[in-house]
Amino acid sequence: MAKEIERSGIPVTVMCNLTNIAKTVGSNRIVPTFSVPYPLGNPQASPEEEWAMRKHRVEVAVQALQTPVSEQTVFEVKK
Amino acid sequence: MKKAILYINQFFGQIGGEEKADFEPELRDGAHASAAIFNTLAKDVQITHTMICGDNFMASHPEEALERCLSLLEGKEFDMFIAGPAFNAGRYGNACGLISKAVQEKFNVPAITSMNVENPGVELFRTDMYIFKGANRATGMRQDMAAMAAFADKIARGERLLPAAMEGYFPRNIRHEVFLEDIGLEPVMACDRAVDMLLAKLTGEEYLTELPIPAQDLIPIAAAVEDITKVKVALVTSGGIVPSGNPDRIESCSATRWGKYDISGLDRLPAPEFKTIHAGYDPEQADKNPNVVEPLDAVRALQKEGKLGDVDDYFYTTVGTGTTQGEAARMGREIAAELHSRNVQAVILTAT
Repeated sequence: MAKEIERSGIPVTVMCNLTNIAKTVGSNRIVPTFSVPYPLGNPQASPEEEWAMRKHRVEVAVQALQTPVSEQTVFEVKK
Repeated sequence: MKKAILYINQFFGQIGGEEKADFEPELRDGAHASAAIFNTLAKDVQITHTMICGDNFMASHPEEALERCLSLLEGKEFDMFIAGPAFNAGRYGNACGLISKAVQEKFNVPAITSMNVENPGVELFRTDMYIFKGANRATGMRQDMAAMAAFADKIARGERLLPAAMEGYFPRNIRHEVFLEDIGLEPVMACDRAVDMLLAKLTGEEYLTELPIPAQDLIPIAAAVEDITKVKVALVTSGGIVPSGNPDRIESCSATRWGKYDISGLDRLPAPEFKTIHAGYDPEQADKNPNVVEPLDAVRALQKEGKLGDVDDYFYTTVGTGTTQGEAARMGREIAAELHSRNVQAVILTAT
């Protein structure tokens, strides 16, 4: 899905857990998420920590959209 | 009788469904749950132990999961390693590939697994191991297990192994020199084969190249936007977040439909007004707070801080489990057309 949107000329940041699969299926800008059932949540953390994690990763995804890349790139996030 | 150890996930290990997908690696004596089917089919190989690990545990902590799985195998005697079958389950295919590769490297035994052609694990791992061409769903369990068992038997008996296409596994990109009569085919000189192929090509008949060039469909990287605060961004997800009641009746698995829903007046996706209908993961957290899958709350916060400009009035959603690559591509094209008509210039897509 990401691939077809990108093929049409719109840059896509894919946020997902299995970054190697995202690469295989051809995503170009990839930001790792926290887990499968709650990509941007963490029930083990405090609400504040969870919010900080979500906001940070979405911010990385936003930044990725204005970052020129020459190959498939997995952007780094804080733990 | 040769010994094998079989790897299955929490579901086929009868531990539980998605709520148990964090199940930590365990090695059980004997052929447990679906592993028992293998033992009824294989004649010269027997499963002595069953390894069970939750798909999410493997997906979320691959290094730790592999290390623990490998240490469980320490000191065990086995001649081969079997994983799956994983059908078209993406996380399971990934897990089968990861563990098989690690076991082969550490213990120097052959690994056999099985996946459907649509499973992304095929492209990730097919050059590393024998991946048999499997069914797309678990109703094919017996036939997929039978294909792995038959091949394991051949290895156990030291029989000559035939090329990928004849055995039924995905090509590993290995080229051997063989005499056709040795693999049970009628010998035809290469020049005759070439001329036959040319004639078939000229007359529009089907022919099979002997030198397939793998086609990799990588798409050109879309140019970065110059200034993200000056363009319209849209949110897309394959995590199945929909308004409660699922007005467009998007399927919970093997989706063929997608929806777009108005978020213009919202600063977060509220529960229970929104929920997930995705059947491929435990919905508990997403139903409690849909923003953990489609992070509208974080997007609005970044907008307020001036780090993000316009956000499209709609978010676009479908379900990405069991969905074929063909359907996903079609939905992607339809969504792309919609995005262009709404002048969207960048997308954040969350996947589960």
